[in-house]
Amino acid sequence: MRIFIKSLLLFLIASASALSSAGEWSGSAGLEFRGFNQTAQDARQDHDSNFSFVFESEYFHEWDDGDQSIAFVPYIRVDENDNERTHFDIHELTYLKVAERWELRLGIRKIFWGVTEFQHLVDIINQTNLVENFDTEDKLGQPMVNLALINDWGTIDLFVMPYFRERYFPGTSGRLRSIPETRQDRSQFESAAKEKHIDLAARYSHYFGDWDIGLSHFYGTSRDPRLLFSIDSGGNPFFIPFYDIINQTSVDIQTTKSNMLWKFEALHRSGQGTTYNAYAGGFEYTFVGIMDTALDLGVLSEYHYDDRDELSMSIFQDDIAIGARLAFNDVQSSEALIGLVWDRNSGGKFFNIEASRRLGNSWLLELQGRFFLNQKSSDLAFTVSRDDYTELFLSYNF
Amino acid sequence: MKKISILAILLTPLLNHAYAETPEEKGLSIVVEADIRDTGWTDQIADMSMLLKNKQGDSSKRVMRITTLEVPGDGDKSLITFDNPKDIKGTAFLSHTHSLTPDDQWLYLPALKRVKRISSSNKSGPFVGSEYAYEDISSQEVEKYKYKWLRDETLNGRGSFVIERFPQYEHSGYTRQILWLDKEMYQPLQLEFFDRKNSQLKTLQFLDYKQYLDQYWRPGVMQMTNHQNGKSTRLTWSDYKFKNDFSDRDFDKNTLKRAR
Repeated sequence: MRIFIKSLLLFLIASASALSSAGEWSGSAGLEFRGFNQTAQDARQDHDSNFSFVFESEYFHEWDDGDQSIAFVPYIRVDENDNERTHFDIHELTYLKVAERWELRLGIRKIFWGVTEFQHLVDIINQTNLVENFDTEDKLGQPMVNLALINDWGTIDLFVMPYFRERYFPGTSGRLRSIPETRQDRSQFESAAKEKHIDLAARYSHYFGDWDIGLSHFYGTSRDPRLLFSIDSGGNPFFIPFYDIINQTSVDIQTTKSNMLWKFEALHRSGQGTTYNAYAGGFEYTFVGIMDTALDLGVLSEYHYDDRDELSMSIFQDDIAIGARLAFNDVQSSEALIGLVWDRNSGGKFFNIEASRRLGNSWLLELQGRFFLNQKSSDLAFTVSRDDYTELFLSYNF
Repeated sequence: MKKISILAILLTPLLNHAYAETPEEKGLSIVVEADIRDTGWTDQIADMSMLLKNKQGDSSKRVMRITTLEVPGDGDKSLITFDNPKDIKGTAFLSHTHSLTPDDQWLYLPALKRVKRISSSNKSGPFVGSEYAYEDISSQEVEKYKYKWLRDETLNGRGSFVIERFPQYEHSGYTRQILWLDKEMYQPLQLEFFDRKNSQLKTLQFLDYKQYLDQYWRPGVMQMTNHQNGKSTRLTWSDYKFKNDFSDRDFDKNTLKRAR
């Protein structure tokens, strides 16, 4: 990995100096505040409020009429209470070459696959960064070689991933973590090559009229670990993240019929305990310009299923999700999203609200609230059941 | 005699045309002529900035780049990439427009690296909070409207055809529009919009025209005024470049994902 990054850095410095015309920098700096409603389950999670500072910048330079480019996106978070949340990551460090029939990317990147909103079931290339947010939408940069072959009948993406990124878990004092805590420093791997196992993936994607489809296969280190219960020499219980070698075949489909979007994702995975299937499907319908205003109201509902029963590491085993999205279409781009996920087995509920509004031209204010209701001790989400929080995030964008 | 007969033969269709033509036919033939004159530019790239103003005079700015591919026999393809406001920098909007069937539209969200197919039925909603609706910035194809020539009129010293047009596509926010089309350039000078209740809603003025490639006229400024809410959006075009050798490949989902 070090050699990989070093050679890339060298390459980038060489390219940057070879090309006298400078690229452009942009980015954002933000301050996050979280207030927790209750004291935590574990006395070591000894805070009910938390400040965090984040900074992300992006350097982009293109040449050769835009057919070649480099991008560099470093990211840093400094957290008041959780040492594991304080971290640095390279979200992107990529060289891109574009040709008529192919695109080649070398370096660290983020890739998104999928169509559903409440869970990103088939999205697997990047590791989830759980210290950023509980919602699993934040990812770590993944080193890769990616060749996209572009044909009239669709795009084939081939991925070779030479280095695996371990999942980041909140630390001992962090909120929104497993109980007992999951220790990244005690990770175990099925492969003797550990994080140097070479992972491979291929994806076909295309659209036919109003149908957009993706078919993918992934072979390599599972991004989501199994958590194995253990006790350290001091008698303290903890979870070991165990990373299996898996094969996963998946499909994601969306069809767009006027104001209605139909979405479906399914996967078949082997190599991580018993072979299993999971799927997610639903719709999103948008009412445009409600009550003669500029407001758009979207209503969405999804069903998520995972046939592993109670062994599942997923909180989406047999869950119904409903939500509403409000877009004000105003100058400040104000918008809000509320969602409720109901676990049909345990009766546990997860309520989520997200809203944002631009202030002036450069500031953005975001509100987030996550509430865990009626969680049973047998449910995976129980360990965060006292971690309901409201977050305000103010960022300056440049 | 021979000369006269030739002249008569040449003139007959024209005269017949002039006499037999209904206002609807005349409106359509003018618009078809405008369309023919604006065919063959192949592709274009331009920078666009929008200045949004409300009644109190508060203003807000949008900056974007637009590439467009002319698609003979169908609607154009376009890719809009946002530069400003900075919190949406890199967000991109890909549109494959069609005359009467729904457009195909995708949105690229850079924070999640996600490409989302979106519904194109939102024709009447505001584009990035401006006074332009999505249907106002979409490719203007002849088949999208029915036409009726009203009169000829001089507008700001320019001779123009005044044509009423009625949207034929679904989900339009307008009952009708009135178009002032310049007689020399065959380009719009002014467009008035009437809402679903047939009340006057907005006026769009096209200003600072320039000719490119000795043929194609493009406005430098498009001033949209909303009469009902007192807001306005001034759209300024710059750096038009034509015939950049773009192809369908520059307007596919792979290119959308590369937007910066």
